[in-house]
Parts: sequence; structure tokens; C-alpha cells
Amino acid sequence: MITATVEARDNYLTHEYGVKSWLLTKDHKRIALLYLASITFFFFLGGIFATIIRLELLTPPGDLVSSQTYNKLFSLHGIIMVFLFLIPSIPATLGNFLVPMMLGCKDLAFPKLNLLSWYIFVVGGLFVLYAMLIGGVDTGWTFYVPLSTSYANTYVILTAVGVFITGFSSILTGLNFIVTVHRMRAPGLTWFRLPLFIWSTYATSVIQVLGTPVIAVTLLLVALERGFHLGIFDPALGGDPVLFQHLFWFYSHPAVYIMVLPAMGVVSELVSTYSRKKVFGYKFVAFASVAIAILGFLVWGHHMFVAGQSVYASMVFSMLSYLVAVPSAIKVFNWTATLYKGSISYDTPMLYAFGFIGLFTMGGLTGTFLASLGFDVHVTDTYFVVAHFHYIMVGGTMMAYLGGLHYWWPKISGRMYPEGWAKLSALVVFLGFNLTFFPQFIMGYLGMPRRYHAYPEEFQVYHVLSTAGASVLAVGYLIPAMYFIWSLRYGPIAPDNPWRATGLEWQTSSPPPPDNFEITPVVTHEAYDYSVVEEMTVG
Amino acid sequence: MNSSFQFFPEQASATAQHVDHLAIYLIVVATIFSAAIFMLILYFAVKYRRRSEHERPHATPEPMALEMAWSIIPFGLMIVMFVWGASIYFEMARPPNDAMNIYVVGKQWMWKTQHLEGQREINELHIPLGRAVRLTMTSEDVIHSFFVPAFREKFDVLPGRYTTAWFKPTKAGKFHLFCAEYCGTLHSGMIGSVYVMEPAEYERWLAGGAGFESLVSSGQKLFEYLACANCHRTDKPGRCPNLVGLFGKPVLMTGGENFTADEAYIRESILNPSAKVVAGYQNIMPSFQGLVTEEDLLQLIEYIKSLGQKPESASPATGAIPPALERRGTAGGPTSRSTGRRPEAQKR
Ligand code: HEC
Ligand code: HEM
Ligand SMILES: [Cu+2]
Ligand SMILES: [Cu+2]
Repeated sequence: MITATVEARDNYLTHEYGVKSWLLTKDHKRIALLYLASITFFFFLGGIFATIIRLELLTPPGDLVSSQTYNKLFSLHGIIMVFLFLIPSIPATLGNFLVPMMLGCKDLAFPKLNLLSWYIFVVGGLFVLYAMLIGGVDTGWTFYVPLSTSYANTYVILTAVGVFITGFSSILTGLNFIVTVHRMRAPGLTWFRLPLFIWSTYATSVIQVLGTPVIAVTLLLVALERGFHLGIFDPALGGDPVLFQHLFWFYSHPAVYIMVLPAMGVVSELVSTYSRKKVFGYKFVAFASVAIAILGFLVWGHHMFVAGQSVYASMVFSMLSYLVAVPSAIKVFNWTATLYKGSISYDTPMLYAFGFIGLFTMGGLTGTFLASLGFDVHVTDTYFVVAHFHYIMVGGTMMAYLGGLHYWWPKISGRMYPEGWAKLSALVVFLGFNLTFFPQFIMGYLGMPRRYHAYPEEFQVYHVLSTAGASVLAVGYLIPAMYFIWSLRYGPIAPDNPWRATGLEWQTSSPPPPDNFEITPVVTHEAYDYSVVEEMTVG
Repeated sequence: MNSSFQFFPEQASATAQHVDHLAIYLIVVATIFSAAIFMLILYFAVKYRRRSEHERPHATPEPMALEMAWSIIPFGLMIVMFVWGASIYFEMARPPNDAMNIYVVGKQWMWKTQHLEGQREINELHIPLGRAVRLTMTSEDVIHSFFVPAFREKFDVLPGRYTTAWFKPTKAGKFHLFCAEYCGTLHSGMIGSVYVMEPAEYERWLAGGAGFESLVSSGQKLFEYLACANCHRTDKPGRCPNLVGLFGKPVLMTGGENFTADEAYIRESILNPSAKVVAGYQNIMPSFQGLVTEEDLLQLIEYIKSLGQKPESASPATGAIPPALERRGTAGGPTSRSTGRRPEAQKR
């Protein structure tokens, strides 16, 4: 790490002051911070629900909260974490901040649209919050029919409309990124010189634009059937409940890649920077992102192996699920190979990257278990599935998000975070995570169904371990929240390129000026060419 | 607290063993892969740790063969997972012909089971050891899922259609029955037990329920009570099709299509007769929507099944079973629902 002396330069944080300058900003970097604040709020809200869920499950009888409350807790936990935290997490914060900087341009293609996306997101979020405050929703994040359309007595329409609205924010952000990547790359920045974070964000954006309309329409149909008894999904009204599942998963499987692809992009950046090596197999990693985006649309039926689709449909979906696992495997191997003969440092972001690779590998491998038809029949809708997707979404995406936040924090805030605390919390998160979710694989295979408020005695050991892990994990998440805030004021001043990284974002000051670059950079090298950094940083 | 660790649930069906063997293969492959990756990362991280700020590692060659190898080898192992998993799934989809039939109706929040002999149970299911059991399942309200971990068998139970599941218990005892699909407030209370009994003991248990009427005869009573018999006469042909020998046969419709008369078809014929009108007949049959419950329907179906079977082979347990392969467990498309829905409170 290199340290720097204080230099008062105009930057995007100090350029203008006052609430209004933030709420009306068109600067992608400020909008990124608006998102950061909003999703952090939702993350901790979802976290509080998770804490109560884990406390309830400490003992077999449902004694802490009522069944109805428990159901609302896991529904809101899922809805908030998926739609209001994970989906916007990396794209809307780090992506918003970095896409223009990595491309060497002043802002996204449509700065006003970008601000509008944030407002739309906030409005959608407020709907969900309002629904939560006046009574909540108890359908699960999956909104399965006819439970959601004809039987639930909670605020389904309000919540569905909230999620529907946030969808537009996701679509607009995706659109903005796609146009920006196509039109606004700095001179010399060809497609194959792009950082891998851009490739994965681009692939994500394509999914957002193509997939989100489907969930939006599906949730609208749920609201219409519930409100006006249109017979679409409920068999009592002449509808088909399995149709809903097809529509829901047609979006929601690709959505899991909306959540994990950007994380893969972050990890490519981290692994390269902290081993000072070009990412091994750059083109394979780049195309793997595209392959995942495309194949991801063809596997939704693996969520429905016992739902009543035909045996042959299940076989096709099983086969295709294995196909989509290949590009994920390719990425893991390439990251590992990048380390070979590198110069590896153990800075905090790299610890998170290691954590990501380990946990994502386990999540992906258990995904291949689930794609195996005979195995899935037994474990579907048990804690095995819960463990699988938490390994990917929390073990993977959340680790990469935290790693990325640490990595770019000097650029974002102009301050360094305390390295000792940061390393400690990375370790706590890793241990707490495994203790929370590994036992869930075992209890899932033993037959513990998911979404159970009370459960038979024999599962208690695993639930106790899991709850213990969750408490450790909570500590691991609170520490960074505190020291990030602390560092805003007391952190050492950050140099422009503390990690000697290669990306264009490191070639401007920390924090960057409002227009990102004093002079538009010209790109003459491939991404991750560490031989040029030395000259730049020294010069 | 029960503090003994356990990694595999009890194996109480033939399929359970097959699933466990597959699980072991999956675990072994996953362990080898993750161990290899973790060891490599650890090894590289230590061996190539940064020793000075000025280190500038050189690019390493990126052989195409390596990329190919680590794409193709894992894919090969995954093909094995696919084929193995699919073959077990096929086995699960194909009940043996001598399976005994039991009906299951799920509703918020209980399981109702009916034996052909007439025994009805709530949140319990008694079955004999060593005999394949085929469940025909439907729901009165939302989607549920019938799950017995010891059998490694699970299948969703949907409103408006019949799904099937089967298993052959290989171990006597009491096993968990769970609802695995989230179905509302008391989802976690929708649990029960499956009792696998020695055949003799099972016979005794059956005999103990002497007060019950067999499904066929309750069905026959309903058939008369609902005046089906006035139109559908078994003695002489008339304005209505003869139902004798109907079950399992193809039926020609007015529109020229052919349908097999399975459970779903009969259910639809009763609830929504105008959806499929038999060729040569008028669309005069009234709908019985709202007049019959899901359980009534099952009894009527069982009665119609029994028509035309020779008395001795009418032993209900060996009734003709339509091949259930085309749709795993699903016996037909959506039809309308008969039972009254819960009075809905305010919709929000
Ligand atoms: C008013 C006379 C009438 C009554 C009462 C009636 N049906 Fe029908 N049913 C018909 C006619 C006519 C058809 C053929 C036309 C059609 O498919 O709708 C038919 C068709 C059927 C079929 C399909 C037969 C085939 O060959 O495919 C079934 C099964 C059936 N009815 C069962 C019942 C049952 C069970 C009841 C009593 C709950 C009942 N019906 C009451 C007149 C009646
Ligand atoms: C490596 C390839 C992957 C495969 C083969 C795979 C396979 C599967 C399968 C078959 C299921 C259905 C399990 C069931 O319901 O019975 C499933 C569930 C799930 N997976 Fe994956 N998965 C993979 C990667 C991912 C990724 C990358 C994510 C997220 C970022 C993810 C998130 C989820 C979620 C959220 C669910 C459960 C949703 C629910 O039922 O609530 N998976 N996965
Ligand atoms: Cu999926
Ligand atoms: Cu249930």
C-alpha cells in the first residue's frame, strides 16, 4: 500500500454542498452513493428479520413469534434481500460509480435517467415498506399462486406493486449501462481491452433489460387476479397455477445471475490487482459472462421438478442446467490460475475474493446436485436449497460486494479504512457464514422442510449451530459498517492508486473530480497490464 | 436437545437407497473438486506471496489445452450426474402395475387420506410393508407438497388436477410426513406420520375400521344420490353414454379429438361437462361444480373405474392404472375446482 499527502483538489464530494445538491445530482458517483445509502438501509432491515427468524428456530416449537408473524418475517426477509438489496447491490452502487470511470468517460449515457432510476427504486421500496408497516405480506418472496391471489390475507397487491416498480429502476439502469458501454468508451478502449467488471456488468444489464419485464408483468397479473378475479392462475377461476411458476422462474432464474455476475466481475478485478497479474484466460472469462447470460434464460424449469411439468421437460431443464454450470466452473479455474506465479498480497479485498471463490465454488457444486433430478426430488423445498442459494448469494455476492467496497473505498471516499479491523471482520464473516449455512445442507438432506416455523426435535442441533453462526455473521457485518463511517472522518487520506492497480479509475484523483478525468484518457494497453502502472504511478 | 449427529435420514424405501448412492457420488465429486481448488489457492497464496512492493510478475502462458481440459472434464462428470439423476427420476415416475391405490387430499392445513377399502385418515397414512403404493393426490385450496424423507419421495399436490407419487416401503416403522410447499399460516403444522406395518398387522388394522364402506360403494351411493344413474343407465343405451368399461379407454369427442378416460378426464366430465362432449351425444349433462367435494369426486371416480371390471378383479387395489409417464404425476390439465373456497376476508 502506498500512502499520500493531503492535497486539496476539487472533487465530486466537495464540489457542491447541501441536501438539494445530492437529491438533484446527475453525477453517477453521487447517485451511486444514494444507492449505497438506500440499499445499506434495506440490508440491515432484512438482516433484522433474519435475526428474528434464526432466534425463533433456536428451539423446535414455534414459541418466539406466531406462525403468521414468522411467515411475514421470512417473506419480507426474502423480498427485501432479493429485490431491494442483492439485485441493485453491485450494479447500482459499484457499477454506477465505476462504469463511466472504467470506460474513461464523464458520466453514463443518460445521467438524468440514472437519477430517475434511483427515484423509482425509492418509490418501489417505499411501497414495500408501507406494506410492511401496515401489516406485511406472507406469501414468501416467490408469490406462489393461488396462495397469493386467492388465499393470503395480507398486503400482497401493495408489495407486488412495489416490486413491480423497482423492476423499472433495474431496467433503466441496465439500459443506461448498455448504451454507455457501446457508445462512450475512451479512445483506444476496444472491447477486448475492457476490464472484466465491465464485461460482467454488461452481461448483467442484458439480463435486466430482457428478463425484468417478465416478472413485472407476472406480478401485475397476480395483482389483477387478486383484485379483479381475472382467471389466470387460480384453477378455481379457470387458471393454471403452474403457469405462474413458469413465468416467475423465467425471470427469477436469470435474476440469480443478475445477482452473481457482477460479483464475478468484482472478483476478477480483485484477483488480478492483488496478484499483479493479467486475469488468466481473459477472453474465456469474458465470454463465460455472456454465455451465462444467455444460457441462464433456458434453465428455469429446474425449479419445478416436482411441480407437475412433464418428465421430458424436466430432463431438458436438468441437462441445460449442467450446461450453464460450465462457464461458472471456467471462471473459478481461471481465477485460480491467475494466482500462479503472481505477486500475491493479503489485503482485505483479496481476503474477500478468496472467500468468494471458496463459497461460490461450494454453492455452484451444490447447484449441480440440485440439477440432478433424482436428488432434487428429495431435497427441493428443504433447507438444502436454502443453503445452496445462500452460499451463492450471501457467500458469493455479499463477499464480493464487501470486497469491492473495500477495494474502491479509497476512490469513493478519499480515505483508507483501518486494515486491521477490516481483516478481522473478513475472517469473522467467513467463519460466521460457514457456521450458519453449512449445517443447513445436512438438515436439508435429513428432510427439514424450508419455511417451517416449528420443527421436529431431531433437527435442533443443526438449527442451534446455524443460529450461533448467524450471530457471528451479524458481528462480521456490523464491524465494517462502523469503521467505514469512522473512516469518512478519521481514515488516513487515500492516495490516487493505493493498490497500484491498472484500471482507468485509478488514474484519476481520489476522490475523483466531478467530471472524473481532467483530460480524457487514451488507452494503449490491454486491461491488467501491470508493466505500465509503475510508470504511471511513479510519474 | 437431541445432540446426536446424523447425515443420512432413515432409508425406508428401495428408492431411498438409490438416491443415497447418487448423493454419495455427488458428494465425492464435489469434495474432490473443492479440495483441489482450495489446496491450489492456498498453495499459490503462500508460494507466490508478495515479498516486495516492487515485484513485477511475468505473464504466464495460457495454453488452450488447459482451458479445454477444465471445461470438458467437469462437464463429463456432470453428464454422469445428469444420467444417474434422470434414471432415478424415471423410476420415481413409473409406479409398478401392481401398486395399491390410495387417495390423498391436501387442504389448509391437513392431509386427508382414503384407502380403497374406505378407511379415512387425517395426517396419518397406514400402509403395508413391501407393497408398492401409488398415491393419487389433489388439493382443495392452494399448492401443497407430499414429502416423506424416509422414502426420498416428494411431489406437489395441486388444486384442480391429480398428481401421483409412489413408493415401496422396505422398513416397518413410523416416518415423518411433511408438507414441503409453503401453503400459508400453519404450513409447518401440516405434518403427520406414515406407518409402515407388517402385512398381517396391516390387514388387522384394515379390519379394525369395519365401520367404513369401500370407496366403490360410497361412490355408487353418490352416483344414485346425485341422480347420475337416471341418465347414465347401465342397462340400456340412450341419450347418455354408458359408463361401463369406460375407464382407461380412449374416448372420441364431438370435435374429433381423442382423450383417454383417466381420473382427470372423469373429474372434468363431472365438474365441467361442456369442456369435452362425447361424440354422438348432446351437451345436456349439468355441471356438478359446488355440489361435490374433492373426496366425493374420488369416490365417484373409483366407482366408475369399478364398472365393467369382473367382480373378482374388482379388487380395488389392482385397478387398471393408466401409464403415468407422460406427465410425471400429473393426470391432466387445469380444471375447475369444486369445493367451496375459504370465505375470503378483505382482499388487499
Ligand atoms: C342429464 C343427464 C345427465 C346426468 C344427470 C349426468 N350425466 Fe354424465 N353425461 C351425460 C351426457 C349426455 C354425456 C355425454 C356428453 C358429454 O360428454 O357431456 C355425459 C358424459 C359423462 C361422462 C363422460 C362419458 C364418456 O363416455 O366419456 C362421465 C364420466 C359422466 N357423464 C359422469 C357423470 C356423473 C358421475 C354424473 C353424476 C354426478 C353424471 N354424469 C350425471 C348426461 C348426464
Ligand atoms: C452453478 C450453477 C447452478 C446450478 C446448476 C443451480 C441449480 C439450482 C437448482 C436446480 C435449484 C432448484 C432447487 C430446488 O428448488 O429444488 C436452484 C435453486 C436456487 N438457486 Fe441455483 N444453481 C446454480 C447457480 C446459482 C446461482 C449463481 C445463484 C444465485 C446467484 C443461484 C441461486 C438460487 C436460488 C435463489 C435458488 C432457490 C430459489 C427458491 O426456491 O427460493 N443458483 N439452483
Ligand atoms: Cu435456477
Ligand atoms: Cu404446506
